[in-house]
Amino acid sequence: MSIAKRTFDAVIIGGGGAGLRAALQLAHADLKVAVVSKVFPTRSHTVSAQGGIAASLGNVNEDNWHWHMYDTVKGSDYLGDQDAIEFMCRQANEAVIELEHFGMPFDRLPNGKIYQRPFGGMTQNYGGTPVMRTCAVADRTGHAMLHTLYQRNIAAKTHFFEEYFALDLVMDDHGYALGVVALGIESGEPVFIEARATLIATGGAGRIFNATTNALINTGDGLAMALRAGIPLEDMEFWQFHPTGIAGAGVLVTEGVRGEGGYLVNKNGERFMERYAPNAKDLASRDVVSRAMAVEIHEGRGCGRDSDYVELKLDHLGPEVIRQRLPGIRELSLKFAHIDPIEAPIPVVPTVHYMMGGIPTNLQGQVVMPTQTGPEEAVLGLYAIGECACVSVHGANRLGSNSLLDLIVFGRAAGNHVIEYLKENPFPRPVPDGALDRSMARLARWDDKRDGITVDELREQMSKTMQKHCGVFRTEEVLQEGVKKMLEIAARLPDVALRDHSRIYNTGRIEALELENLLGVALATMISAAARKESRGAHARDDYPQRDDSNWLKHSLYFSDGHRLDFKPVRLKPLSVDSFQPKARTY
Amino acid sequence: MRFLIYRYNPETDAKPYMQAYDLDIDAGNMMLLDAILLIKAQDETLSVRRSCREGVCGSDAMNINGRNGLACVTPLSELKEPIELRPLPGQPVVRDLVVDLSQFYKQYRSIKPYLINGDPEPEIERLQSPEDREELDGLYECILCACCSTSCPSFWWNPDKFVGPAGLLQAYRFIADSRDQATAERLDNLEDPYRLFRCHSIMTCVDVCPKGLNPTRAIGKIKEMLLKRTV
Repeated sequence: MSIAKRTFDAVIIGGGGAGLRAALQLAHADLKVAVVSKVFPTRSHTVSAQGGIAASLGNVNEDNWHWHMYDTVKGSDYLGDQDAIEFMCRQANEAVIELEHFGMPFDRLPNGKIYQRPFGGMTQNYGGTPVMRTCAVADRTGHAMLHTLYQRNIAAKTHFFEEYFALDLVMDDHGYALGVVALGIESGEPVFIEARATLIATGGAGRIFNATTNALINTGDGLAMALRAGIPLEDMEFWQFHPTGIAGAGVLVTEGVRGEGGYLVNKNGERFMERYAPNAKDLASRDVVSRAMAVEIHEGRGCGRDSDYVELKLDHLGPEVIRQRLPGIRELSLKFAHIDPIEAPIPVVPTVHYMMGGIPTNLQGQVVMPTQTGPEEAVLGLYAIGECACVSVHGANRLGSNSLLDLIVFGRAAGNHVIEYLKENPFPRPVPDGALDRSMARLARWDDKRDGITVDELREQMSKTMQKHCGVFRTEEVLQEGVKKMLEIAARLPDVALRDHSRIYNTGRIEALELENLLGVALATMISAAARKESRGAHARDDYPQRDDSNWLKHSLYFSDGHRLDFKPVRLKPLSVDSFQPKARTY
Repeated sequence: MRFLIYRYNPETDAKPYMQAYDLDIDAGNMMLLDAILLIKAQDETLSVRRSCREGVCGSDAMNINGRNGLACVTPLSELKEPIELRPLPGQPVVRDLVVDLSQFYKQYRSIKPYLINGDPEPEIERLQSPEDREELDGLYECILCACCSTSCPSFWWNPDKFVGPAGLLQAYRFIADSRDQATAERLDNLEDPYRLFRCHSIMTCVDVCPKGLNPTRAIGKIKEMLLKRTV
């Protein structure tokens, strides 16, 4: 099959916050930049982010990036790389101010500055009183940010491949990235988008689980592309359970509710977080709150007929605060729980929300991997940013409102590095024969197979297995059984067949290609989780309840080839300040 | 429950038709999108857009029992059977419930949907009072789902010339922003028999907006500003 070719200076896979921020940096440098997105960009999952974006602006309380850095290191359960965390927290103010200058409609304080609210784990003075650090646009911060970035890209004349599904990275034998092959969803035709720099910004993969706050499009496409190119995934055992997903619906309720003064109660009406985190209470970090909720439910203090949820109380905040600061939450609660939070509490359960792990990168967003000659080297011309990347600023547990920050800080940093890289690499490298074969083989496989089980059937087996065997609490037995089951499920992939082999806007075919990606990410998660014999951040094991710094203060690296695991040290040395040494973590 | 769904695959169908599907489900707390996904699991040939499934991304806009809305936030229990699903009206159909929104996006881009401010950038945020910021409420929340513009008869007749309610709402979002300095230019851009004045205040846009926004009011304010300018 002949394949059309388009040539740009840089191609970005994914049109969410990270991808659009990087695109803007490149377009402003007068480079030809293309964004490939399987949905119209404003339908990307960044749009669902609610509570806000962290920056130590100090608009309400005294604040500085050192405190933000400490909170992030502690929040990560000391698995975050401290050079990356320093880099992010130092740049936060500038990055957020830039968003304001772009036109983002932040809420305002009486003095005209950006409104900030408290969020879990964000404190003054290295673990002291809660600080108002999270910059907000009501409870629609992600929506406002994504639309603003898209609007700036319209002004910058960025080229968009809207509704193109990226199939695979194109690499040469020297390990350089040469672009990406994508499938036009409407046309059903593949296209090779050649570029001297390729940025993966495909977001998360929460859909490997059965119950998640993630959009249906979060299928880990970029992660699986990396795996197929021989690149490992880092720290995939760490998945954040957000404390407040609406019970039954899985829809997110922002931590900003607790930031504004809401709190969790069990069936006795007890504010139980006071027992688990006497200082921070409901504003402890997410792993701590989610585990406390799971314990309450497990010990029979859950609410409702089946005692299977707890309640998020906010009616005491008054209609004024709820209408002004939390209007989106009220809307979601009315629609999905049939409850007006002005009058009654919202039923909530811990729900899969965010992937701390991802494609390993350095501070410039360059993808890095171990080589035969050294511990780690950059893959030339290849970058990863946002949730699909692991730089690692979130370590074993992300603090709320650090993810939007991650997107723009590293989107911009990667953009800046690409500009320099392109100056040093002014010409496209030759594309070797057969470099596009993997993509074409993927398409042909789905065209050729006519009988078998459905995409939906295997996907459901996967998501239920992941939910059951890789949940809030994990044990050796549950994990090992999960690994066995997931290997069996993945082995059934060749049995799956499409019923629909048409070309034009065939979403069945897209879901089949997504299933391949989901299975790769699910295996990486399951196998990494089974290997880590300690409890740290979001990875909680009943049989190894303690953090074990002498054996496990290290990042895991999963390679799909032979399902092999490797490890690399945590970078404890920041860029300019003293290290925060691991210590017991209490809130 | 019985569903009648508009089907059209340009590769195989000479013309569109309605296909019946029956689901053995209890509406309960289910949303329409949940039912569509169940149908899709049975019949993967059905094409539909969807992403966030919570009413903020705007992907799954469609015509539901004759009225535009988002499937993911439409409770099944509120719909009369048979539930008739058609693509958004007035737009070219790509396939099944998927329409080509190029004209809609083009009109959105035509109003320059970005802040224009030529002043040197301060090292801090540009200040804005809470009252000035409040002017943007009811405007910035638009999710570009196209429910409004594709329910507007004026947009059906002149999608190439009339900006449509969604685009005009965003035009006013930037006019109303105290940080924006391009009001005159923005008004010039709309002072035209078609771009703005094709709006005849039919108000279907207000009626269908899944976010409860009011494009007609925003359009009225732009008209008022143009009128004041000529006096």
